[in-house]
Amino acid sequence: MIRHFARRLALIVPTLVGVTLLGFILVHAVPGDPVEVRTGERGISPERLAYFRHELGLDQPLWKQFADYEWQLLHGNLGRSLVTQESVWTEFTTFFPATLELGICALTFALVIGLPLGVIAAVRRGSALDYGLIGISVTGASMPIFWWGLMVILVFSVALGWTPVSGRIDELYYIEPHTGFLLIDSLFFSDDKGAFISTVRHLILPTIVLGTIPLATIARMTRSAMLEVLGEDYVRTARAKGLAPSRVVVVHALRNALIPVVTVLGLQVGALLGGAILTETVFSWPGVGHWLVESVQRRDYNVLQGGTLLIAILVMLVNLGVDVLYGVLNPRLRR
Amino acid sequence: MSSLLDVRDLSVAFDTAAGRFNAVQSVDLTVASGEVLCVVGESGSGKSVSVLAVMGLLPPTGRVTSQEIRFRGEDLRTATPRARRRLIGRDVAMVFQEPTSSLNPCYTIGWQIGEALRVHGATAPSQVRRRVLDLLGQVGVPAPEQRMRSFPHQLSGGLNQRVMIAMAIACDPALLIADEPTTALDVTVQQGVLDLLVGLQRDRGMGLVLITHDMGVVAQTAQRVQVMYAGQVMEEQPADPLFAHPRHPYTAALLDALPERAEGKLRLPTIPGMVPGIDDRPGGCLFAPRCRFTTPKCTADRPALRPVNGAKVRCHYPLDDAGQPTGWTLGGST
Repeated sequence: MIRHFARRLALIVPTLVGVTLLGFILVHAVPGDPVEVRTGERGISPERLAYFRHELGLDQPLWKQFADYEWQLLHGNLGRSLVTQESVWTEFTTFFPATLELGICALTFALVIGLPLGVIAAVRRGSALDYGLIGISVTGASMPIFWWGLMVILVFSVALGWTPVSGRIDELYYIEPHTGFLLIDSLFFSDDKGAFISTVRHLILPTIVLGTIPLATIARMTRSAMLEVLGEDYVRTARAKGLAPSRVVVVHALRNALIPVVTVLGLQVGALLGGAILTETVFSWPGVGHWLVESVQRRDYNVLQGGTLLIAILVMLVNLGVDVLYGVLNPRLRR
Repeated sequence: MSSLLDVRDLSVAFDTAAGRFNAVQSVDLTVASGEVLCVVGESGSGKSVSVLAVMGLLPPTGRVTSQEIRFRGEDLRTATPRARRRLIGRDVAMVFQEPTSSLNPCYTIGWQIGEALRVHGATAPSQVRRRVLDLLGQVGVPAPEQRMRSFPHQLSGGLNQRVMIAMAIACDPALLIADEPTTALDVTVQQGVLDLLVGLQRDRGMGLVLITHDMGVVAQTAQRVQVMYAGQVMEEQPADPLFAHPRHPYTAALLDALPERAEGKLRLPTIPGMVPGIDDRPGGCLFAPRCRFTTPKCTADRPALRPVNGAKVRCHYPLDDAGQPTGWTLGGST
């Protein structure tokens, strides 16, 4: 077990080098550089262009730029944004809580709805309910996020006027960031009760949109895992003990079915961060995804490379955490 | 001896893609308290399905019909699911064939035995713990203190079966049903588990239904024997007379196939052919295609279970004490 984790940790290093290389190549493959993008249509004298490029090190050969960047990373330095001059790490920590808050809400939404749906579908296998749930989950899993987001806004915000269109909170309120999580900050650090309600209202649609794909995946996975587990001998033993059906399903079957579901959940976190980029763009959600998309438009190389790297590290850590959780859930792996 | 379990005319059918399959046809099952009933038969003879139907453990595709299923006089067919669950696991308990897969891999064995206690009359944790240790000791699990914290995958099949038995007897059941409890175990530990079951039955005065395909197990344990074939009871009588004078040709053939009885023969006798499957069940006697004494009457008429010399036999020509079919002539006229 320990060897297994040591190997996993050792694999992180080459993966990170690969991620930075890929990030570097992709960023530089996009036409235009930060200087050109900023000068816009007004144009700039060749001398000043060369000066700025030299300033940013863009006149160096690519391999040199990459080597310099890696060297800088090895010193724990992600560099500064070429646009704001703020350090990439500071910007990331400013924007990340918004993404994390949205991601946690979306995943919670997906779990709270998806798990019971999967369980019910498996228990009532072959019923109309089962087929309905399969249909909905296939539709949900194949829904393009940007389209789904726009549709939801059109219906609930524009036509019905139930929820705000974009942002994290109404512009009336200013919440001093303590934790960065607006739900917490507005509830505990603001005297205005409206702030919290406004935060919740702003969260509803992005949560649904970002949570739809994980929800569908979790429901499908839970259903198939439950179907397999319900046919196991130990489930029959549990029934032979005279346990109530609900206890048989939850305590004996679901406990075992959760093992594969948790694996899928770990993979969903990567997909969730990808989905967050789209969702945040659709809802103007001031998170990491929004930040990255803006940086693409500004060709902010350092932000793009640093942000990608940090997200990659995050996904790897989550997957490592899932591995640990897997060992906790499955006693057969412990010895 | 008072009657514990009375099952009359139990039939179980499964709806399959190929049509309806009658796994069990019109089976009667009675067990008195303190009695050991062995149900023997080949694979697919419906012995497991019939007890699972009584326990209410069949998958939803199984259709159960019966004239009567009573436990201590209480009708299980009309009992509410809740009332039925109170009986099952407490008064009627069951041990299965595959001990390791019959235990939940995610929980310790101590927890799983304790659950049986907690569900039927929750007791204080310390009391449950003491009871679990006591039970593990009774079924001969060494070092129960440590074992109760083990997971099923950390124990051998034999130990797991002892754990299953501990779980089954946790609530002092009046009736224990053991479905091939030793089949999946190593030959070396089979005897130990069998001795444990019979010992517990004797000490506690439980009724015991032992399902097996092993005539050797029957000879060691049974007071009464029910021989099943292709979903029907072929013969039923007390153990000693059954071994001395089997009345049904199928029973006789099963006994002939015992190695102990084949002394002096060059080859071990076998029963030719196979148990009929879903769609090749004959119209007459189900055993007719494999029977030595088959006549046209056998293939045309399905015999009923009828009393013969203290036994119940489903045969047109039950065997006499010399092992010859009575009223049988070649060609089948009587």
